[in-house]
Amino acid sequence: MYAVEMNNITKSFGSSIANDNISISIESGEIHSILGENGAGKSTLMKILAGLYEADNGSISVFGKKENIPNTKVAHSLGIGMVHQHFMLIDNMSVLDNIILGQEYSNGILIDHKKNKEAVESIASSYGFEIDVNNKVYDLSVGMKQRVEIIKVLYRNSNIIIFDEPTAVLTSKESSKLLSIFRNMRDKGKTIIFITHRLEETKLVSDTATILRDGKKIARVNMQEVNEKEIIHYMVGREINLNIEKKQFRPKSVVLELENIKLSSRAEKNISFSIMSGEIFGIAGVLGNGQDILEETIMGIRKPLEGSIKILSENITSSSIKKRKCKGIAYIPSDRHKYGILSKTSILENYLLGHQYSKMFNKFFIINYKDLTEKVSKLIDDFNISIPSFLSPLSQLSGGNQQKMVLSREISIKNVKLIIASEPVRGLDIGAIDFIHKKLIKLRDEGYAILLISADLSEIMKLSDTIAVMCKDTLVDIRRANDFTVEEIGALQSGGKI
Amino acid sequence: MMAVILSFIITAFLLFFMGYNPIKVYIAMFQGSFGSVNSIATTLSKAVPLIFAGLGIGLALKAGMFNIGGEGQIYIGSFVASVVAILLPPYLGIVSLIVSFIAGTMAAMIWAGSIGFIKSKFNINEVIICIMTNYIAILLTSYLLKTFFQSEGSSVSQSDILPVGLSTIVPRTQLTSALYLGLIFSVLIYILLKYTVFGYEVNAMGDNPNAAHASGGINITKMSVLVMGLSGAIVSLAGITDVFGKYGRFIDGFSPGYGFTGIAIAVIGKCNPFGIILSSILFAALDAGALRANRVESVSINIVMVIQGLVVIFVSTPYIISILRQKIIKVFSKRSAL
Repeated sequence: MYAVEMNNITKSFGSSIANDNISISIESGEIHSILGENGAGKSTLMKILAGLYEADNGSISVFGKKENIPNTKVAHSLGIGMVHQHFMLIDNMSVLDNIILGQEYSNGILIDHKKNKEAVESIASSYGFEIDVNNKVYDLSVGMKQRVEIIKVLYRNSNIIIFDEPTAVLTSKESSKLLSIFRNMRDKGKTIIFITHRLEETKLVSDTATILRDGKKIARVNMQEVNEKEIIHYMVGREINLNIEKKQFRPKSVVLELENIKLSSRAEKNISFSIMSGEIFGIAGVLGNGQDILEETIMGIRKPLEGSIKILSENITSSSIKKRKCKGIAYIPSDRHKYGILSKTSILENYLLGHQYSKMFNKFFIINYKDLTEKVSKLIDDFNISIPSFLSPLSQLSGGNQQKMVLSREISIKNVKLIIASEPVRGLDIGAIDFIHKKLIKLRDEGYAILLISADLSEIMKLSDTIAVMCKDTLVDIRRANDFTVEEIGALQSGGKI
Repeated sequence: MMAVILSFIITAFLLFFMGYNPIKVYIAMFQGSFGSVNSIATTLSKAVPLIFAGLGIGLALKAGMFNIGGEGQIYIGSFVASVVAILLPPYLGIVSLIVSFIAGTMAAMIWAGSIGFIKSKFNINEVIICIMTNYIAILLTSYLLKTFFQSEGSSVSQSDILPVGLSTIVPRTQLTSALYLGLIFSVLIYILLKYTVFGYEVNAMGDNPNAAHASGGINITKMSVLVMGLSGAIVSLAGITDVFGKYGRFIDGFSPGYGFTGIAIAVIGKCNPFGIILSSILFAALDAGALRANRVESVSINIVMVIQGLVVIFVSTPYIISILRQKIIKVFSKRSAL
């Protein structure tokens, strides 16, 4: 019998379609993986099942009965629970309080702590979780927090448990522990839905899988009957548009050199690579594999555990950000809101950020707003940014225009040599994406060195001259772009071998 | 402005229900604060320390820091300035005065700068450091005063009369040349914030310290120390000018909470130096008017605090709440990161 059947589910957000007429079926008591790249629509589909979103179209049956799931409360009552990627725990409450929150045993006024504790501990021990329920959540490791989330779901008597990218935040040791918890739960009769883009884990633990790509269902497979290659083909096998004009790759001199950089304690080997002028060096990889650590390390926001960074053969491993900027590093951060913009400050003043020491805009520490305005209006014209006025706060711009602002500001830094572009088009519309891609290519042709970090494989394939694949805070392979196939990168970034 | 009018209206109702005629009370208050040259001078003399406190605290707020340590900075600055004035030979006159002022503000700058240093280096919330250092500063200066500089034959704990002081502008009032100093500082801070690189960095840091660091290359530790130090130096002038102008000596516990009122002044003035001047005059006028209202209409002086409190609430609700919220989120996210 099917535990869950979702038929012809369609869900769109504004003009983008996240789920396009998807039908899936999951048998009771199996581990079913939902596979796909970032943005394939996996999470959306499962959030519909968990009652977080409502589908525009389509129907859902749970254990053969047609159900309408307008909110999470109904989902709970049907025995559907979800363990989210970002934990929904209250940090300064105890494990016990977090688990029982909303469903406490009580006499109406006072909470019956003893009864609650017994109930939670019996669940924990029956699944072999060793956890002290009196600990505060902020004292727990990420893996333990996840276990609290699992107990929380089990406490609510869920029979169908959805895990949204559960291993993304875990170390490999913790991941394998989680997978054995999956098997344990399946053996106790629970149905597990496992959202992931990591192939190796799917292979290890799943019985069946549904593969999504670009919001559409591509295939439903029985894991015993397929090999990795086929699955990768299903996952990434789209036509990649390589129609972008670019001059022949003519690298000149080395701009950036990383030697033996250790990004984190979980990295199994150190990173070494160099980027030449006129080269786009693409870093492919699934989100959360250390790309943010890499960009922050090169920019100097954090220090590497080991190794050295050189720009134009000068060692900048322990230089300040200001010094790095003077050496010609432009930075388009993946987290624009955190690192790139001053949202309450005017557009004009945002353009000054990072240029405030430049002699161009200040004389004896007095800012020359006249020259700045001239320069900015030229950049805004060049980049086709629509703004209400120079003095309106930056938050009034759309995401695409904010990103163009950051890009135009960064590349106008005097004598830029290297551009770190991390997820430069994430969340932007097609027009802005196309614009920024063409700009990056143009900059490359002009001789800049560009480090492009992106979880979007097609973006990496389209722009890069050289590609490195990142997995678990290290680079697993570096090759010329022509020497890689999409399938190979797909396999490498999911931790597989080729 | 709306906030001020609203506060007066609400207080009028309150006065009415307490059995007073609100219009008569307000007229008395106005006469007390602006009714004559002398009362205007009194109002301005009360406004001067508030201007300094507001300017200093406003500067720190602009950079996203809460300098609630104003009281401590006032005592440290005033004490050091007084001691220097006592120790220097009196015939130096104006030179002695200038040296004392510089020494006092420098001491407060170092005192407050170290708060900024501890904050950014060890990632401790500056509010806690400020409150703790307030106690240290107030009690330390009190101890040193009683041990080394106690004026003989005085029952109050205070120093000898200082050999130098600020001259009065209007005779037989407490309005001294400190007013000019306050106005000069307001203009300087305005220019500093609006036109200089330093002011730009203060603003960037207040908006988004992460971006200021990552994209602006601004050294946040250095800026925290600088801004806190500068803020403390300016705030300390509230006390120094009172000691050298109004009292002529350092008195234990002389500050009527300038360091705290300054927060309200800065918030009402939206951290703009000219806004701070206006809100200082408003608060000072209410204070000065309260005395007369008390004499003529026998209204409690405390009614003024109601008006001041209401103004603060109406002006600052969105502002203060958003700042507090950010602080709370920071504290909690720090704990969860541990």
